[in-house]
Amino acid sequence: MTIIFTLIVVSLIIAVVFFILFIRSVKSGQYDDLYTPSVRMLFDDELVKKEVSDKNITN
Amino acid sequence: MSKKNCFHCGTECNIHKIEFDNKVFCCNGCKTVFEILNQNELTCYYDLENTPGTIPSEIKGKYKYLDNDNIATKIVEFNDGQTSVVNFFIPSIHCSSCIWVLENLHKLNKGVKVSMVNFPKKEVRITYKNDQITLREVVELITSIAYEPYISLEDDDRKLTKINRTLIYQVAVAGFAFGNIMLLSFPEYFEMDEYWLNRFKPFFRGLMFVFSVPVVVYSARDYLISAYKGLVHGILNIDVPISLGILVLFGRSCYEIFSQTGQGYFDSLTGLIFFLLLGKVFQQKTYSFLSFERDYKSYFPIAVTKIHINKTEENIAVHDIKKGDRLLIRNEEIIPVDGILLNGNALLDYSFVTGESMPVIKKSGDKVYAGGKQTNAAIEMEVLQTVAQSYLTQLWSNDVFQKDNTKNIKSITDSISKYFTMIILSIALIAGIYWFTIDKGIAFQVVSAILIVACPCALALSAPFALGNMIRIFGKEKFYLKNTNVIEAISKVDALVFDKTGTITSNKSSQIYYEGTVLKNIELGQIKALLRASNHPLSRMLYDSLTVEESKEISEFEEILGKGIQGIIDGSKLRLGSGSFIGAMEELNNQTKIYVRINDTIKGKFIFQNTYRKGLEGVFKQLAENMDISILSGDNEGERLHLKEILPSHSKVLFNQKPEDKLEFIKKMQLEEKNIMMLGDGLNDAGALAQSNVGVAISENINVFSPACDGILDATVFSKLPVFIKLSYKTMSIIKISFVISFLYNIIGLLFAVSGNLSPIIAAILMPISSISVVLFVTVSTNIIAKKLLH
Repeated sequence: MTIIFTLIVVSLIIAVVFFILFIRSVKSGQYDDLYTPSVRMLFDDELVKKEVSDKNITN
Repeated sequence: MSKKNCFHCGTECNIHKIEFDNKVFCCNGCKTVFEILNQNELTCYYDLENTPGTIPSEIKGKYKYLDNDNIATKIVEFNDGQTSVVNFFIPSIHCSSCIWVLENLHKLNKGVKVSMVNFPKKEVRITYKNDQITLREVVELITSIAYEPYISLEDDDRKLTKINRTLIYQVAVAGFAFGNIMLLSFPEYFEMDEYWLNRFKPFFRGLMFVFSVPVVVYSARDYLISAYKGLVHGILNIDVPISLGILVLFGRSCYEIFSQTGQGYFDSLTGLIFFLLLGKVFQQKTYSFLSFERDYKSYFPIAVTKIHINKTEENIAVHDIKKGDRLLIRNEEIIPVDGILLNGNALLDYSFVTGESMPVIKKSGDKVYAGGKQTNAAIEMEVLQTVAQSYLTQLWSNDVFQKDNTKNIKSITDSISKYFTMIILSIALIAGIYWFTIDKGIAFQVVSAILIVACPCALALSAPFALGNMIRIFGKEKFYLKNTNVIEAISKVDALVFDKTGTITSNKSSQIYYEGTVLKNIELGQIKALLRASNHPLSRMLYDSLTVEESKEISEFEEILGKGIQGIIDGSKLRLGSGSFIGAMEELNNQTKIYVRINDTIKGKFIFQNTYRKGLEGVFKQLAENMDISILSGDNEGERLHLKEILPSHSKVLFNQKPEDKLEFIKKMQLEEKNIMMLGDGLNDAGALAQSNVGVAISENINVFSPACDGILDATVFSKLPVFIKLSYKTMSIIKISFVISFLYNIIGLLFAVSGNLSPIIAAILMPISSISVVLFVTVSTNIIAKKLLH
């Protein structure tokens, strides 16, 4: 059962690493604008479609 | 001819419509935007949303001043010589198409490297190459596709404000520690004397201690500091009992684990701090697209065109304007200083200052005041006062604007916490003395247990959640408040002061009626034909209001700026315009009117009158039940009789009020112990808005300028004002009820504590239950009353 000591310490280290990553992402401003990226994501498709159709025309 | 909507902006096209590429456009501007986007293969703009555009404004040379390096450096955020980064506020951003087209600027101009939109803030951040495109060209580029940035004097002394994310970190630390400590403390709750558990006990307890330290030291820091400050000033605010609870919890828990007498209350401690901080987060509702701190600077331009004696033009910063300078004010530009009109015909729109939507005509030699927007061809003026000393801007030297912005109102939670703290301390003292005579060891435990269980977590959470929820409900109903304190302030209001023009009258719709010899339909048709040729705003309004069919023939049309228009239609000579132009006696009242003359007879006049907002009478009637109502108007007394009719009998109506007079009026009423809500709209109300207990700006379009205030009310929901006030009352009653509930929890806890039975598990159950049930109660009940009253 002494393995519990090791397991808890390892799990805590992992947890703390994720916690630090979270703080870093907040600091970088990732959560400042929660709306625009959700819209921007959809545009990427639109753009690709457009370029493909353009190529078809020029070819 | 069927009416169609503009392909670009969706406005209904009238006779001026333009057809292009099988699509209809309402004006040339919209067509041009379409052409630009079409040529650059950006028509996807129109696929994303229907009619996403707005009508572009004409700029001709407006942004020349951006070539001036001194001014440009104030606007550009970053410049390393090769690349520059600039951040623009663009009010017209409103849909996903806007985001798309603004983020594809690099397709329109190779000089633009990256452009990123922040939609909630309506901002775009553009990175561009200095050698390929200048700042002015960037601005002109986005203006050409109808996304004109908003550049004002405010940008001149803008401080780069850092976003404060401390609260998020504090919540994160508290939440992280709380979750871990809870798991670590579970084993001891369930198994008391088990072999393995006893071996792990010191390890688990040690970890709990380690986790709780940053929570107390970092996350709870603000509570401890605020309690300390309160005590220094002799105020028992809500943070005093909270801090006391936190410190006692922490102290006793440390004592228990180090003396190995128990497991401590670390889970309750971290849970308490976590919930309190969540309440704080919930309370902080901000509207990123609104600003409540604006003064004249965010409305005034950053630069103007100065004319030198040798007729050369130069762009200078507004702060550098000196007395005696000659300035050129183009169409759509704002006059930044007081001065004398030298030449040109001024048609000044003072709607942002006074709320009056009708432009004022000024002739050369007239004095013009700062804040007017020229809506005619360019004018020249001579400066009489510098920016800071002009008639309007002087208002900002008043003390009201120097004062700290936080109006000192004692919040309901703080006022109750004084008694709460006293009661708890005396209970702790009495119980302590009682147990001290029986058993000294237990006395320490009982006293600390009382202080722990009395920690007003539920009490401290009820106001933030009730007010935080209500501010969101208000926001959905288009009444935007600066912070949650405003709801409390509204609930105390017992006097209302309204501005007249633009506040209780509507800017958009004005009534037009005719006085004089009755006009035949043919004559009206002739008038309409003449109006069609004119671009003057009054002409356009009158044109739209005439429903007759217009005559076709028109010749010798002439527009005399600032005076009127004339022309020959179907053989009759028509003149429309001011009294002097027509040859009629001009009545000296503030009415806006157009005189009509056909051939040699003066027929009469069209009078433009502002209409009162819909439901105004109802609003007054409902409010008058328990409040004083006053109206302050900058205009003359023309409307007195009409206002008296719709107002309750004991109301005050004052006319000819200068901005300072309005401020003084509020001050005087406050000396009579009145809590005042001021409703205004223009810059001239700014002083009164700042002085009043609650200053509310009414806005027809919340994206454009509104003066500094505590709340912004969308004009469309003006009639709901009494409901908002009533909801504020109700919210405060709900908070009071929730206080009673949280006291009940405290009493239950105290029963455990004074009898010496408060085990960690009871504390760990009682605290979250009391907090969560109070939070649920206030959110559910605020939602219910809002639903009932608003719909």
